[in-house]
Amino acid sequence: MSSTHAGSHPKYLQHHFGTAVQQEESSKLGMWVFLLTEVLFFGGLFCAYAVFNAWYPETFVNAHKSLSWQLGAVNTIVLITSSVTIALAIRSMQLGRKKATFRLLLATVLLAAVFLVVKYFEYSHKIHLGQLPGNLYTYTGIEGTNPHIFFSVYFMLTGLHGVHVVAGIIAISWMMYRVSRDEFSAEYYTPIELTGLYWHLVDLVWIFLFPMLYLIG
Amino acid sequence: MSHDSTAVLSYLKEPKGLKSWLLTVDHKRIGIMYLTAIMFFFFVGGALAVVLRTELFRPERILMDADTYNQFFTLHGAIMIFLFIIPSIPAALGNFLLPLMIGAKDVAFPRLNLASWYVYVFGALFCLYSIVSGGVDTGWTFYAPYSTTTSTSVISMTLGVFILGFSSIFTGLNFIVTIHKLRMPGMTWFKMPLMVWGLYATAIIQVLATPVLAITLVLLIMERVLGIGIFDPAMGGDPVLFQHFFWFYSHPAVYIMILPGMGIISEVIATFSHRKIFGYRPIAYSSLGIAFVSFLVWGHHMFTSGQSEIAAMIFSFLTFFVGIPSGIKVFNWVATLYKGSVSLETPMIYALMFLFLFMIGGFTGIMLGALALDVHLHDTYFVVAHFHYVMMGGTVMAFLAGLHYWWPKMFGKMYSEAWAKIVAIIVFVGFNMTFFTQFILGAKGMPRRYYTYLDQYQPLHGFSSVGAWVLGLGFLIMAIYLIASFFNKRPVGANPWGGLTYEWETSSPPPQHNFLTDPVLAHGPYDYDKVSVVGEYYRSRGDKPTVAEKV
Ligand code: HEM
Ligand SMILES: [Cu+2]
Repeated sequence: MSSTHAGSHPKYLQHHFGTAVQQEESSKLGMWVFLLTEVLFFGGLFCAYAVFNAWYPETFVNAHKSLSWQLGAVNTIVLITSSVTIALAIRSMQLGRKKATFRLLLATVLLAAVFLVVKYFEYSHKIHLGQLPGNLYTYTGIEGTNPHIFFSVYFMLTGLHGVHVVAGIIAISWMMYRVSRDEFSAEYYTPIELTGLYWHLVDLVWIFLFPMLYLIG
Repeated sequence: MSHDSTAVLSYLKEPKGLKSWLLTVDHKRIGIMYLTAIMFFFFVGGALAVVLRTELFRPERILMDADTYNQFFTLHGAIMIFLFIIPSIPAALGNFLLPLMIGAKDVAFPRLNLASWYVYVFGALFCLYSIVSGGVDTGWTFYAPYSTTTSTSVISMTLGVFILGFSSIFTGLNFIVTIHKLRMPGMTWFKMPLMVWGLYATAIIQVLATPVLAITLVLLIMERVLGIGIFDPAMGGDPVLFQHFFWFYSHPAVYIMILPGMGIISEVIATFSHRKIFGYRPIAYSSLGIAFVSFLVWGHHMFTSGQSEIAAMIFSFLTFFVGIPSGIKVFNWVATLYKGSVSLETPMIYALMFLFLFMIGGFTGIMLGALALDVHLHDTYFVVAHFHYVMMGGTVMAFLAGLHYWWPKMFGKMYSEAWAKIVAIIVFVGFNMTFFTQFILGAKGMPRRYYTYLDQYQPLHGFSSVGAWVLGLGFLIMAIYLIASFFNKRPVGANPWGGLTYEWETSSPPPQHNFLTDPVLAHGPYDYDKVSVVGEYYRSRGDKPTVAEKV
């Protein structure tokens, strides 16, 4: 912390930071720690998946066939594309191109929405068939012990991931609003960068979920 | 110090008004707000404890029936753990002190800090709601499958704990970043006060363990709402998985409770021994060591759960490793005391009590970590005595040491030293009466969580209950003299105890932005061999700690 705040004291610099660099580094470290907690949060569910997959291997293989790998694959592509668009959005802001940033963020939000729409169709199909978690499971066409456990794990994992997608949509929209209010510039774009990091994590989690749930066996 | 001129308004006075408190982003005010909240819950949890012990005074019914007893011990446990002890040192004292100790103006994310307080209050409301809506009878561990079937308010309670977890994660995250990025120029990692090391290690655990508890509670709630069957053996689920998840958090959580306490003890012992702390680096590293090992030993809570024997043996073996870093700390503290010029002010008395009680708690912990012994002692009063020695004899004593040590810094007021010493003795006697007895009870086979017992246990149970009343009385008097201290007119000065860490360089209570001029690092936190300080407390008594003469 420098004792002289003289001269350059940009508006976005909060009073308890000495320099913009210090502020930026702090935000980034904070975001990485936060992402770590997110990974651990999902980690519990991944553990549950591993345990039940080991307990009921045939059930898991049989049950996964009722998921549509085509829809899963579409969603994988959608999310990867959205990771690209948000990365490009950050790049544009670094170059000071506000309009382009706004459009790329918008594209990201739309792709995220497409992901949710696809998920909606997947879910409603499952609900229709009664392929539901635990007690609610009524379907009879899957062989193996305790097929409902597969769907419990499936709904918990994709549900939690879905919640993160919704949170991402809110965060990115908020960034769009701030871009439109001209809060960012080629010098200051940390919040967009951090939102991007978050969005990459959401993408990454899905990249694990897709083979685990749709492609096993 | 040069800048404790009376013209400077303290953070308590400026800005004014209730709104300025409720919307504050000042870490000191947030610390005080946390302090108020946790003291309230300590009072509630303590009152429940006294009621429990009163019920156990005799085997027959005195105050309540068995179901109510189950709810009371659950609430006592849950409140003490989640609402009091986990936030107590990090969120209340740590928030106040961390930036001051490293010479920063605030924590890295002040608004997140305020949010964490509101999240805490919000979570606490859910917990309180479950009390009024019929209570919970699962024990604070919420073990499945019972917690998925009981008709009590498990959902609101676990939802409350889930929310509290976020508050804990926010605090941990904030502290990690603050320590990494906001230290004053010249304050290298090894010039940080040991309290800061303790908070750092704690923050790491908070961030790494809490999410796992969070997801476990989500699964439990889903189990109750939708019957997902993941923990329900009748549906092919695995209740032992719940225990693995739960203890993966809750064993490290024990160190969320104790590590910052150890930080306090390091500060207090150095200040009141007026001597350079012995083994600074080992103490610092052992905090990280404890944090690391804490993640590997959760299975020692499950020796009797039906986990594999190999797993039990490995967990037992690993558990012994926790003794090493803890032992390192204790030996270094004792070495600091040795040949130090010790002054027995209240904070120091609590620190010595901590040493004594924590050693008993730690030693019995090693006993419980031994597989063969634990199978005998599991779920008996021996365990109850062990964890009260660690949590109350350890953490709460450290908390009280810190509370008394920094009270003048926080409020600019000094409490009655005479009363404080009397209470320290009452607490010590009451504590050992209450809990030492329980080691014997447990070894004789008295199971825990029972509302009644065989007549042969009555003398010991009765004695333990009397101890609890003594303890309760001690805390009541403490509340009185602490509140009375606010009416004390004598100013305490910036540095009443003659400490060398940087929070003592600014006025008591500190001004709004902590330091009037940015602090400069002039000496290490424990350089008593190089720097002479005479605390205002000693000056007013007319005597000096010997260190002043040595220099
Ligand atoms: C005033 C001092 C205290 C007294 C007299 C007291 C008494 C008790 C009693 C009678 C029980 C029930 C034991 C059983 O039947 O298994 C209990 C359980 C417990 N206490 Fe305390 N306690 C005190 C302070 C504390 C503190 C300071 C903490 C932690 C910060 C704490 C944490 C717990 C926990 C976690 C349980 C286990 C609850 C459960 O089994 O679910 N206690 N205590
Ligand atoms: Cu443990």
